[in-house]
Amino acid sequence: MNAGMDELYREVILDHHRSPRGREPLPGPVDARAEGKNPSCGDELVLELACAAGAITGAHVECRGCAIATASSSILAELVAGRTPQQARALAEAFRTAMHSPDGVLADDLDPGDLEVLTGVRKFPARVKCALLPWITLLSALDAGGDGAPAAPATTEA
Amino acid sequence: MTRGDSLRAPAGVEPCAGQAGDCNRCGRIFADRFPVLGRHVNGRPLVYLDSAATTQKPGSVIAAEARYYREHNANVHRGMHTLGVEATDLYEGCRSRVGRFLGVPAERVVVTRGATSALNLVAGGLGPSLRPGDEILVTAMEHHANLVPWIEVARREGLVLRHLPLTAGGELDLDALPRLLTARTRVVALTHVSNVLGTINPVAEVAAAAHRRGAVVVVDAAQSVGHLPFTFDELGADYLVFSAHKAYGPMGLGFLVGGPDALERLQPVEFGGEMIETVTLDGATWAAIPYRFEAGTPNVGAAAAFPAALDTIDEATLQRLRQHEISLTAYALERLGRLGGLTIYGPLDAARRGGLVSFHDPMVHPHDMAQLLDSLGIAVRAGHHCAQPLHRSLGVVATSRASFGMYNAHDDIDALIDGIGYARSVFGA
Ligand SMILES: Cc1ncc(COP(=O)(O)O)c(C=O)c1O
Repeated sequence: MNAGMDELYREVILDHHRSPRGREPLPGPVDARAEGKNPSCGDELVLELACAAGAITGAHVECRGCAIATASSSILAELVAGRTPQQARALAEAFRTAMHSPDGVLADDLDPGDLEVLTGVRKFPARVKCALLPWITLLSALDAGGDGAPAAPATTEA
Repeated sequence: MTRGDSLRAPAGVEPCAGQAGDCNRCGRIFADRFPVLGRHVNGRPLVYLDSAATTQKPGSVIAAEARYYREHNANVHRGMHTLGVEATDLYEGCRSRVGRFLGVPAERVVVTRGATSALNLVAGGLGPSLRPGDEILVTAMEHHANLVPWIEVARREGLVLRHLPLTAGGELDLDALPRLLTARTRVVALTHVSNVLGTINPVAEVAAAAHRRGAVVVVDAAQSVGHLPFTFDELGADYLVFSAHKAYGPMGLGFLVGGPDALERLQPVEFGGEMIETVTLDGATWAAIPYRFEAGTPNVGAAAAFPAALDTIDEATLQRLRQHEISLTAYALERLGRLGGLTIYGPLDAARRGGLVSFHDPMVHPHDMAQLLDSLGIAVRAGHHCAQPLHRSLGVVATSRASFGMYNAHDDIDALIDGIGYARSVFGA
């Protein structure tokens, strides 16, 4: 690849894009749900979470977006399972901060997995929103918090 | 990929002179006059295929804007001093030049910030004369600039907004027109050329039908002025808007052109200096048309520069520019079609379209397409192109769009095709 494209389209990202996780509808009830939009490009995402015993047990994402948004939503589905809502929120917020900071470091104790690779996208400012869309939608789903009240659609412009 | 060789080709080599399709590989027109085309992007010579978003500017336009600020800069219509008189002459000279270009007297040309502000002026200016229940007909292919202002006046005035649907081929469904033009239709607003489908709409035909019903017609000529040969009268519309920056001119400048007595029907939507005749502490009377629609200090620098763009267009001739765009569009349609697996939007016949082609590759999302093409120095637009309702009806959230100007050549389309192949290879397709 050329002109830094291998930094953007890292093999890990391409792999998540080719076989995204979290595409299967949740087997049981949906405990939290949110929709996200990137108004500047029209990309759309729906996120559903299932919870049990104070932890997220699974995530289902429908993403109509680019390779970066798709890979990011796949990584999200992989990473949130097994975390408490607080831990998931901390991860989403740390990722958002990292994407807007020069060094882009995610603390090891967050157990960031493939999300670390995704922080490389911050060097392509036009694509930061693509990477953030699933995580902003996650924050909105967590805000809605399982009481059945739908969250206001999340937007990358907020 | 190796290219860039012909970027500096002398102006006017192998001109597009013949019928559509006659010139198989035409030369660039005046490419050497567009300084930005000499630059490299990501280590490659720039291949600029985004002229529908904004055209590049010839050096004469850039020089004219710089000259204005170096030699004349002053406010218009107020200074008694020499610079003020010169600035006013340049500003009014632009109004006359635009009038000449479209075949209307200067008094019927309103200077605005762009097509969007001109459409807001028409919609907001007609609004007060409309009654609850009156109908506005727009088409299903409008840019948000020719849709959202109508949504807003409809909401404010209690109007009904109707939509003229499209055929599967991406053209206006004229069979639906008689049904949608009712006794309550007051305004019909349509684009001359779609910025997504490329479709050239039969404005004169729609206008004649609308006029029979007593409706006024607003045409968004943002994609056609400077690209298609026509005069204001040929379109038969009451109002026409466009932006200078899509016609090889500077940004921050646009125009509203009105038919005879059409501007008289508009209420001003902006108030302040320049647009008044006399002001007392609690009242004001409006200045004459067109000045009453030009509140505040206008973009005089851009107005001073735009005539140079129109001179360049006239030097090339619109007929030749049109043949050139048809030739490039036909070639792009053919090459993109032969790639296979792409959805290409709009009419299949290049002679029925403006100089742009939107497409969707199910293997590569438009953002990724634009990003990977950019890494090769190729500039295309990806997204909804400010036409979300249209994209929804096409069943996609975004498309990629390649669009052409006088400076493009068939080589650029070859580069695009190679680039799409490269983008597909990244995604293992
Ligand atoms: C068909 C059409 N109408 C209106 C506009 C708005 O033009 P501007 O942004 O210059 O006001 C555009 C430009 O994108 C366009 O393509």
